[in-house]
Amino acid sequence: MRKTGGQLAMLVVINGVLLVAGALISGGSFLSIFNLQSMASQVPEIGLLAIGVMLAMCAGNGGIDLSGIALANLSGVLSAVIVSSFLSATDSGTAFSLVFIAGAILTGFTGGLINGLLISRLNITPILCTLGTQMAFMGLAVVVSGGKAVTVGSPELLSSLGNDMLFEVPFSFLVFMVVAAVVAAVLKFTPYGLWLMLIGTNPKAAVYAGFPRNWVLIATYALSGTLSGLAGVIIAARNVNVKFDYGSSYLLIAILIAVMAGVKPEGGYGRVICVVLSAIALQLMSSLLNFGGLSNFVRDFAWGLLLLTFLAVGRYDIAGFLLPGRHLQTPSVPVPQAPK
Amino acid sequence: MSASRTEDLHGAAAPARAPFSLGELVRRRPESITFALLVAICVIVAIANPAFLQPSTLIDIGRASVVMGLFALGVFVILAAGGIDVSFTAIAAFAMYSMTVLVQSYLPGLPIVVIILMATLGGALLGIINGLLVHHLKVPSLIVTIGTQYLFRGFLLSFIGTVWIMSLPPQMGAFGRMPLVQFESANGALITLPFYFLVLPVAAFVTWWILNRTLMGRAIFAVGGNADIASRLGYSLRTVHVFLFGYAGALAGLAGIIHVCANRQANPFDLVGTEISVIAAVVLGGARITGGTGTVLGTLLGVLLIVVLNSVLVLVGIPSTWQRLVVGSFILLAAAFFVTRQRKK
Repeated sequence: MRKTGGQLAMLVVINGVLLVAGALISGGSFLSIFNLQSMASQVPEIGLLAIGVMLAMCAGNGGIDLSGIALANLSGVLSAVIVSSFLSATDSGTAFSLVFIAGAILTGFTGGLINGLLISRLNITPILCTLGTQMAFMGLAVVVSGGKAVTVGSPELLSSLGNDMLFEVPFSFLVFMVVAAVVAAVLKFTPYGLWLMLIGTNPKAAVYAGFPRNWVLIATYALSGTLSGLAGVIIAARNVNVKFDYGSSYLLIAILIAVMAGVKPEGGYGRVICVVLSAIALQLMSSLLNFGGLSNFVRDFAWGLLLLTFLAVGRYDIAGFLLPGRHLQTPSVPVPQAPK
Repeated sequence: MSASRTEDLHGAAAPARAPFSLGELVRRRPESITFALLVAICVIVAIANPAFLQPSTLIDIGRASVVMGLFALGVFVILAAGGIDVSFTAIAAFAMYSMTVLVQSYLPGLPIVVIILMATLGGALLGIINGLLVHHLKVPSLIVTIGTQYLFRGFLLSFIGTVWIMSLPPQMGAFGRMPLVQFESANGALITLPFYFLVLPVAAFVTWWILNRTLMGRAIFAVGGNADIASRLGYSLRTVHVFLFGYAGALAGLAGIIHVCANRQANPFDLVGTEISVIAAVVLGGARITGGTGTVLGTLLGVLLIVVLNSVLVLVGIPSTWQRLVVGSFILLAAAFFVTRQRKK
């Protein structure tokens, strides 16, 4: 746990540097309230997915959730198709929104539960399982929508979730913060959180210690799925349409955020606050690249490079090297393991 | 093809032991399930729509399996060593597009053999980058290769070009059209099995030879079984990782250039996005995703299964929108099936 502070401090510094750099490059307009709001409203969807990836990674044993964005899209598409078959978005906006939100979150939860059951009960490797469900979820969304975009429209409640501000802060960003705080509290103060981290650290010891391994795995993937469902709601709220292939690069970005946040890919360690900060840092960087007028492809290139850089940082403890005073810690002994 | 012949012999020998047990056969040769599934699907489709058995359909399937088969062989080798690779499509796109641009603008007279060799070599170099990163970063290869996938593709699209090249250099087009077998079908249309089809059996044989007849093959399966023990036995993990990813990269580069020649156009946005079906094919072929198992024959059967699935859904009247759902369910079913079989042993 000693490493925690370093990672947190580094992310705070990165965020600060990015804000200052943005202000300098753009001559202050980067820090305008409008730009800050627009950036903040783009964080939640990807941030929620990243928290899901973090949870799955913490579970260890090659744990990863690749189905996040597919499940988010499926939640939006399925819920939109079902709900709009008996409710009209224009006539009964609030009712439509409530049922839509409930439907999407339920879909996400069910999808996550399926992942969890397949992984814990059938012992399918998480990579393979979530690759399969990713394809199946996306396929189901294609089947349900016929491959076309499904219009959600902008019913009252939903559009205010996507577009309104509360005290000048986007509503969706507040929802994201609350959800992140809840997940963080669950990880910190409940036995579940402890079990999750310990199972990730040493699955064998955890089983012998009598932890309910299967339940923890199921709960983890179900929680990750629920977060995907919520991301689906926010995607639908911010865009008028939902489509099966929205956000095709979110898979990489979610993993990138988790790795930047210092989540260990081999399991056992991750903090929600770091994930939130790293999601914000990534959004700042993305907006900076936009200000620089660079194409999406350059951004893809930069994300790939960034991911590898942060993997190297995690491996060689460059953070400790750059921040003197942290040298004293004995670096954790790298556990040799097969690449998964 | 001697690879499959030898493996067939083994397959035939297994059930000869008394008492005969289907479960034993499946455990020893998981690809027999793949084969049975493939035959079942073909029979069902042939009954539902006899058009399936036309030579033109079969040749189409053969043609479509070349690029995917080459990818799958690379993925299989990596999977056998317990890793996973999702960057191979980006490597293929990178190799094919930059090679086409190079030939078109700078070296128009380059013979096709050199083009293919250079693409293969370029793919191998990118693969070696993967291997070094996987080895030195000590993180799951999935995460590393997701990173390099974006890196390679982003580099290609931002610095090399995004223009769809419709008219290939003549020697590449000619290679794509070169016939291996050519005959006239009943309705008078000319059906061609292209020459490049031969690349797949050759690559399959080489892969089989490396895995079963060389020390490197031993090392790959040993690392896939248990990397720690393999390294204590004296296998150099670094060499194995570099070789694995280099070999997979070379196959991807080769697949990329064949893809261009076969389609007679170079689209830099092509290929990326097909990784999952390739991995699905390898897993359906009986290779365990945790490494240490699998056969070349199984991999080829898995590829055939996916290609057939992709091309027959429409023939039997299932809308093409169902394709992803069907393939995804197949992955999960196969994974669940193989895992339960393993546990019973």
